[in-house]
Amino acid sequence: MHELSIVMSIVDLAEEQVKKHQAREVDRIELDIGTLAGIEFDALDFAWDAGVKHSVLASAERQINRIEGKMRCMKCGREFTVTEPFQPCPDCNDYLNEFIQGKELRVKSLTMKF
Amino acid sequence: MCSTCGCDQPGGVTITRAGEDQVQFSPLTPGSGSPLAYPHQHGHSHDTRVIEMEMDILGKNDARARHNRDHFRKQGILAFNLVSSPGSGKTALLERTLNDLKNDHRFYVIEGDQQTMNDANRIAATGVEAIQINTGKGCHLDADMIHRALHNLSPANDSILFIENVGNLVCPALFDLGENARVAIISVTEGDDKPLKYPDMFASSQLCIINKIDLLPYVNFKVERAKEYARRANPSIQFLELSATTGLGMSSWYQWLEKRIAERKQEAVLV
Repeated sequence: MHELSIVMSIVDLAEEQVKKHQAREVDRIELDIGTLAGIEFDALDFAWDAGVKHSVLASAERQINRIEGKMRCMKCGREFTVTEPFQPCPDCNDYLNEFIQGKELRVKSLTMKF
Repeated sequence: MCSTCGCDQPGGVTITRAGEDQVQFSPLTPGSGSPLAYPHQHGHSHDTRVIEMEMDILGKNDARARHNRDHFRKQGILAFNLVSSPGSGKTALLERTLNDLKNDHRFYVIEGDQQTMNDANRIAATGVEAIQINTGKGCHLDADMIHRALHNLSPANDSILFIENVGNLVCPALFDLGENARVAIISVTEGDDKPLKYPDMFASSQLCIINKIDLLPYVNFKVERAKEYARRANPSIQFLELSATTGLGMSSWYQWLEKRIAERKQEAVLV
């Protein structure tokens, strides 16, 4: 359940920004989370309500942009989407792949209420 | 960063030296203290503004990990983050290693568990200084906990620091502690498909120790299969097979450590 500490880190970031911009609270938060980032989306949902309670995110609308995993085969150069961190190239069945995207774990934007 | 939902409850993170019974309670609250510390008005303004952030959620942990790594480098300390499931033999591996090598090198140990001083006390019995981090409800150590433990432990220059993470093959994978190398341990009493089930941990480790190999005749664990699965996650991962209980194969682990120590000395000369 490291998702809870992820939520607490998001709360930390949001609190800092609200303070910096002298806003009142956060109206909407947009997150980029890759499907290979090691985050269980259901667990994140579960942790969210407890984690944001009494914080500037308490009533914020949350949008999660799920970023699908993409790899490039280092043998044949084919780019392919993956649902798990380590999948072989569909053409050469090789596991030596270069990671392209899917490990994102970031706050993209905050809409603040003043 | 608080790794628990229980920020406001006793039972948060505590850091205690082996041999001390005074527990230091160190709450790790998010932000600065009171949950209502942020500007908190009740007006009805509808003024909103979008702030593009693109900020890494683990940025704070990573920054603190860089700070720890910098600290290790300046002091010539080698830090190893030992990760595994509960019961794979991390503490037994450390006990034997410390007993065998403590006259050759200066060691320190940071123990991470949800509860109890048991592991730190086992390490302290070898004569090596140990500190226990109890994470309460948390499932992993983070860079800030290590930072605070370091201030308490004050390891000497040119020493070796073992960090025994919370027994968990999932969560600790995400949290850089600033270590020089991450060592994943699996034991042959577990399934040989562990690397397939928990690939992130093997992907982020440089060394995989297969422990309890004295039990291989009694279990259905295929060493080559486990290695093949781990290589799928991490083609460059190295392997050592040993038994921390009987001592079988421990010399390969000591050679691996000596090589890291020699590399560190080399780097120190270059700097």
